[in-house]
Amino acid sequence: MAGDAILKISKLSKSFGGVQAIMNVGFELERGQILGIIGPNGSGKTTLVNLITGFVKPDKGEILFNGKDITALPPHKIANLGLTRTFQVMRPYHSLSAFKNLIVPLNSPRVKRSAAGKLGDVDAVAIDILEEVGFERDARVPYKVAGSLPLGYLKRLELGRCIALRPEVIICDEVFSGLSMSEISSLIPLLERLRMEGISMMMIEHRLRELFRLANRIVVLTFGQKIAEGSPEAVMNNQMVKEAYLGTETKA
Amino acid sequence: MKRLDRSIKVRSEGLYALSSWSEMAYLLAPRLLLIVGLLAVPFFVDMYWQRVLCSAGIYALLALGFDFLAEYVGLVCLGGAFFIGTGGYIAGLLNHHFHLPPLVTIPIATVAGAAISTLVLIPCLRLRGIYFAIISFMFPLFAVFIIIALNVFGGTEGISALDTFPSIWLELYLILAAVLVSLFAIRRLVNEDMGIILRGVKDNDQAVRASGIDITAYKTRAVFIAAMLGCFGGAYLSHLYGWLGLSLFAMDFSILPIAATVMGGMGSLVGPVLGAFILTPMSEALRGFGQLRVVLYCLILIAFMVYKPEGIMNFLQRKYHQFEKWEKV
Repeated sequence: MAGDAILKISKLSKSFGGVQAIMNVGFELERGQILGIIGPNGSGKTTLVNLITGFVKPDKGEILFNGKDITALPPHKIANLGLTRTFQVMRPYHSLSAFKNLIVPLNSPRVKRSAAGKLGDVDAVAIDILEEVGFERDARVPYKVAGSLPLGYLKRLELGRCIALRPEVIICDEVFSGLSMSEISSLIPLLERLRMEGISMMMIEHRLRELFRLANRIVVLTFGQKIAEGSPEAVMNNQMVKEAYLGTETKA
Repeated sequence: MKRLDRSIKVRSEGLYALSSWSEMAYLLAPRLLLIVGLLAVPFFVDMYWQRVLCSAGIYALLALGFDFLAEYVGLVCLGGAFFIGTGGYIAGLLNHHFHLPPLVTIPIATVAGAAISTLVLIPCLRLRGIYFAIISFMFPLFAVFIIIALNVFGGTEGISALDTFPSIWLELYLILAAVLVSLFAIRRLVNEDMGIILRGVKDNDQAVRASGIDITAYKTRAVFIAAMLGCFGGAYLSHLYGWLGLSLFAMDFSILPIAATVMGGMGSLVGPVLGAFILTPMSEALRGFGQLRVVLYCLILIAFMVYKPEGIMNFLQRKYHQFEKWEKV
């Protein structure tokens, strides 16, 4: 299904004072695929997420979502169109219990408009979604205060918050960071299932091994610029990518 | 041995599933104590203290609004005096110029005053914490200087001979009923979906925006609710004394609610109400000490912050939930 881009970014630029955080970046996310964004620390990955989701306004460039220009829209309007994100720094609504965290997206205009939004008991819907992302049903966990949950559950809760919105695109900002190998390997099937259900995803990630297993395509950023794009294998063998991560070899 | 609250809490959160009369009594007792207590107090005090009780009620409304905004929305609002002043002036002016009775002016002032207060605060809603506190603290001063400079609404003299309430009992029970109704309404609200979204805004407003919720719209509604409490208090106050003037914008209305909230217990909603009903009479009782009054008042507050920072209500709640009973095995 080449050419069926759900999210199209072109010539995006943003600078903070003298720092050019994102420079002339453009790529496409195809419907039903996972696009990985990698790059060394400080290469502008999270800024890119903030730009796409409306939290930061770009200086230049255009973002098309389903063919609609969303460049100047505020975050909540973008989310209501079906484009949502997770946050790198986990901050749940810590004073609320886990399932109450999902009450927030379930009250968004997008969900209320949909048929599912009219299905009465919101609490039950919230608990169903938590089960979907791997919270044990009938256990105490969904009723626990979110501030007391371990990191693995918080990541799932964050994904649950996104799913509750019934989005078309989820942008994951480092969902694997800070998780153990076993936690990551239990999260991967969930992400694969979401892709099968037709949700397109953009994944910002430092865990390359796991990302390369999942992603259909990879975009590489360094110093705010796109230096490579292609299939995981092609990117892995790209000389410029190796240099960006490992530095150049100099002959002594 | 078994803790009384456990079985109730385990069964479900938020929604109580009760299985016996004793459990129901356990939950109802503190609520009934508060309602009956508050409604019965006027019978045991003289005319002077009944008046004090009326103004304590006004402070209780303000404290309730302060606690709601600070703990459930994340807006530290020091605009209590602005709410009181706006509500008081609207009610007083309607009464003075159009001779409307208090029965009409108070509801109008409550809604219109809240609308005006909310409108002027909307541009500041992007601010959080201390910045919002400073800005909201400015508004009463702003209003005072406008009234002085333009010499409108009675200027520095104020307007006197407004209608008052026909009897002290109406005065008392109007404000006490208002306090109780708003207390239970807000307690209810913070656990409804809207309250949960507001608490989400307090914990992490970015995530709320990413969930497709317009946070400014929700904050606006929250401010409107808190402003309604204050404006009702103000409208009531101007009819209570039959007078309106610049002292409706007095700083006390912004500051005492904070003290009441600290004393009563942040976030408990009941606590601030209780705090207001303790602090206002206390400050009256200390009047005999003249200037020393403020010192004593401060000492009490400092003592609370140092030795019981959680406040009276949170402390009592914790203790009450620790009651135990013997159970047959």
